[in-house]
Amino acid sequence: MADQSRETLTINMGPQHPATHGVLRLVLELEGELIVGARPVIGYLHTGIEKEMETRTYHQNIVFPPRVEYLATMIEEVAYVQAVEKLLGITPPKRCQYIRVILMELSRIASHLVYLGSAGIDLNITSLWMYAFTPRERILDIFEATSGQRMMHGYMRVGGLQWDVPADFVPRVRAEMEELPRRLDEFEALLNDNLLWRGRLEGVAVLPAEEALRYGCTGPVLRGSGVNYDVRRAFPYSSYEEFQFDVPLGERGDAFDRYLVRMEEMRQSRRIILQALDRLPDGPVSVDDRKVVLPPRRELVRSMEAVIHQFKLVSEGLHPPRGEVYSAVESPRGEKGYYIVSDGSNRPARVHIRTPSLCNLQALPVMIYRGYMADVVVAIASTDIILGDVDR
Amino acid sequence: MSGGATPAALAALLAALPDAVQEQVEFRGEATLVISPDRVLEVLAFLRDRAASRPAVLTDLTAVDRLPLEPRFEVVYLLTWYDPPARLRVKTRLPGADPQAESVTGLWPAANWLEREVYDLFGIRFRGHPDLTRILLPDDWEGHPLRKDYPLVEEPVEFVGRVPPVPSRAIPWVPQQGE
Amino acid sequence: MGVEIPVPGRAVAGVSPEDVQLLERQVLTTRASRVIAWARKSSIWPVQFGLACCAIEMMSAAAARFDIARFGSELFRASPRQSDLMIVAGRVSQKMAPVLRHIYDQMLEPKWVLAMGDCASCGGVFNNYALVQGVDKVVPVDVYVAGCPPRPEALLFGLLQLQEKIARSGGRP
Repeated sequence: MADQSRETLTINMGPQHPATHGVLRLVLELEGELIVGARPVIGYLHTGIEKEMETRTYHQNIVFPPRVEYLATMIEEVAYVQAVEKLLGITPPKRCQYIRVILMELSRIASHLVYLGSAGIDLNITSLWMYAFTPRERILDIFEATSGQRMMHGYMRVGGLQWDVPADFVPRVRAEMEELPRRLDEFEALLNDNLLWRGRLEGVAVLPAEEALRYGCTGPVLRGSGVNYDVRRAFPYSSYEEFQFDVPLGERGDAFDRYLVRMEEMRQSRRIILQALDRLPDGPVSVDDRKVVLPPRRELVRSMEAVIHQFKLVSEGLHPPRGEVYSAVESPRGEKGYYIVSDGSNRPARVHIRTPSLCNLQALPVMIYRGYMADVVVAIASTDIILGDVDR
Repeated sequence: MSGGATPAALAALLAALPDAVQEQVEFRGEATLVISPDRVLEVLAFLRDRAASRPAVLTDLTAVDRLPLEPRFEVVYLLTWYDPPARLRVKTRLPGADPQAESVTGLWPAANWLEREVYDLFGIRFRGHPDLTRILLPDDWEGHPLRKDYPLVEEPVEFVGRVPPVPSRAIPWVPQQGE
Repeated sequence: MGVEIPVPGRAVAGVSPEDVQLLERQVLTTRASRVIAWARKSSIWPVQFGLACCAIEMMSAAAARFDIARFGSELFRASPRQSDLMIVAGRVSQKMAPVLRHIYDQMLEPKWVLAMGDCASCGGVFNNYALVQGVDKVVPVDVYVAGCPPRPEALLFGLLQLQEKIARSGGRP
């Protein structure tokens, strides 16, 4: 056999590319159509958020988390606020925790719908994108009614919420959850037995469980490979231990399994939301600690102490004790954690965001090795990365 | 709340390598160990393989700049066991002048990009890393932005007739009140 | 001596004023530049340049509820050579700025730039070492749409403002 030239072709995919889900650059080495080498180049969206958070008070920093993972904004805000609450050693009241759970699960559904739409449009199923964005728009309407903003809410506060949910929140969310199964059934009817969908996704971008663990993957990427790790189960937060839900697992670790995991997660999210709506307790939505939470406005006319607390909190901020904490939540992409180091001052000494997309993306070359060029698009869509998460 | 001390793995470590642990801190239900830089690889290898029935996962690898304290840098490793769920934080302290640590990419491939990020943003070199280059910033960038002596580089915005303070000056830094 | 073309307001032999009035009602006359401007503004195809969070709102603007296609932007082209408009949706980091300029240079004339969101307009919430404080430091911008992120309706309004700008300038950028 003659020494056929094993010259590989190096091509560049991105950073401006319709299918890279953001500004990701992949330098691929191709042998014919087979991928024999892949090197992701990231950093095109590096925003310096971690350094920026060292120059602001803990309250001012609430602005930054939703801009990190901009598809699951409520979850990201809770992740940061929860870490500060852990640092302070306070627990928000039950009503606040239940409302956070409802909003987080709505955020998860919205994020998975964008995943579905993007995965569809990458394979040129444009109608799937249009269909998937419609329920998402209604969830964003609920967010807008609650916090005032469709995306970057700033609704979560250290020790509670910005304000209580509007009066029609419960019936409105319930009406949405009535609608949702019909739509999910529609998507599954369109896709689950679809020869084209299965043909493109089955057996593609396989990630064995061992590799997933060694690369630190979490979320549907890890659960699609069969490993049962969900932060809501392993390290429960915000009253998740009081809700009944299943954690879907895949078997083969391919793109189709991850798709099935996400579809089932949307149904389980709905289950959690309905339970939370049924058992939503009454009460305050913020902790009563005046050194952490602003006093209600009507107290300001009566109490000098309230005025002083308000002044201190707004013009200086809160002072957590010295120490460091790590607090994690389950974002739609995996384990999202905030590592905050406090030196006792009104600004954090260090904030580090443990992002799931960075580790999931590291495993991408493993997934696409010796796959076809056309499968790279499917692989990237199935990891469901957010570049804001990767680069911060 | 998430997190939880790791009695089993920690006890196993303290039994097997008692002299490796310089300091042990418990805060808000989380356990943190401080290890000297030359024992880190040994301790992490033990924690990964022999501390519990399943191997540990490297959840996070980051660094903290403690200027003006010495040793200036801290490299922080966060390990998680999935079954049963447990977490442990391991730290090592490096001097400010030419900080170098051992790379743990041999133990977990996840450390590859995480160590590159620490190198990029802090300037800490990792011996044994297969490809220690900048990852988030352009390749020709000078300086390591997350160091405390690197400025934020804020651009003041000019309005008509006035220049308001830059955002980080809006609320000034106030150190801890009393000790 | 050929056929004399009837001009509105002037009587010509063999053509009565009533015929001229009928003609005025049935035939549209204008300048070529206006027609070209109308064609250019009615089918602005953006290049896919979603960077960060604003890209999600841009996607919402292109989805079924807000539907940017009814304003002419039927398709977001992946290739800059096939598009007219660059909607810079998101924050531009120092590493991305040369890429931005490269894509802009690859677009064919006439081309326009819409800076969507606060980060593209002026650096937004982030005033630090990593971001270009406003994309107009790299490319010339025609329309700025404020917001963090701007609602899809705001983006559509920005697009309509751009269309008016194109109509006013007679098709030339």
